[in-house]
Amino acid sequence: MFNYLKPNNLLKIINKTQKFVFIIFLVIISIGLVEALILSPEDYKQSDSVRIMYVHVPAAWISLGIFSLIAFLSFGILVFKNKNLSLITKSLAPSGFVFNVIALVTGSIWGKPTWGTWWAWDARITSMLLLAFFYLIFLLSWRVTDKEEKAVKISSYIAIIGLINVPIIKFSVEWWSTLHQPSSVNIFTETSIHTSMLLPLGIMTAAFALFSLLIFLMKYNTELIKIKNKGLDRL
Amino acid sequence: MISEVLYMNGYGLYVWSSFAFTLSCFCILYLVIKLQLIKEQKKFKVRFESLEADKIEIAKTQETYKEILTTSSASKI
Repeated sequence: MFNYLKPNNLLKIINKTQKFVFIIFLVIISIGLVEALILSPEDYKQSDSVRIMYVHVPAAWISLGIFSLIAFLSFGILVFKNKNLSLITKSLAPSGFVFNVIALVTGSIWGKPTWGTWWAWDARITSMLLLAFFYLIFLLSWRVTDKEEKAVKISSYIAIIGLINVPIIKFSVEWWSTLHQPSSVNIFTETSIHTSMLLPLGIMTAAFALFSLLIFLMKYNTELIKIKNKGLDRL
Repeated sequence: MISEVLYMNGYGLYVWSSFAFTLSCFCILYLVIKLQLIKEQKKFKVRFESLEADKIEIAKTQETYKEILTTSSASKI
């Protein structure tokens, strides 16, 4: 299984797919922006402020998804001692962190016209802020330690501890009486959003996912070159 | 039509600032990662060119080195 994850094989795939992903991303984000800002209808209660949802929700979904992936791969790092998995987690973190910041900031902007406040220490918002701190500590753990093995271990433990926060974020709106509304899009139960709004939301989510893939590919490529640069000494 | 899209029933400032912030974050992140990549490619190229001739020959036989050099701006392979 790990043969496909070998740096040599991955580098070839990365170089071939990078430009392709970038072009597809540009096409999809353009369609998504037109749909989200012009074509989608306004909400009967929130009016046009509902359009913030098209950047806020995908950013929150993807930051959560990336962190969960990092945490599961961290289990793999500790169990299988696979160095490549740590490269993958390190390359995933920057886009996850930026999406988390986007979710917090756009959520705050959306909160002002909807709730009348920029910020509330609500369970959902606070747990998302906590996730941003986990991302930050994860990213910093690679900078504060000189020894790579130590950094891999520390960052893996941070990701695994941070995983506890993921279900708290997901179910916070159900467990506590929060200012934040419950989720409107559900996989297993009925979705309460109309198709005319679900379509731009889906397109924007796809665009955001493609962007995080693009950043991951570029970052992974950079990390791989760093390693190969050190390897030149051993020739 | 244009003023309606810009004004958005009084929510224009909130909506446009959210989208502008998101797209700015995308641009900044893309540029930062791209610059890091170019910097590492340049570093690699400089170090590769400073290698002794026999070491360059060994490196040329390895797929990963080939791949890095062909993707950086100027390649010797």
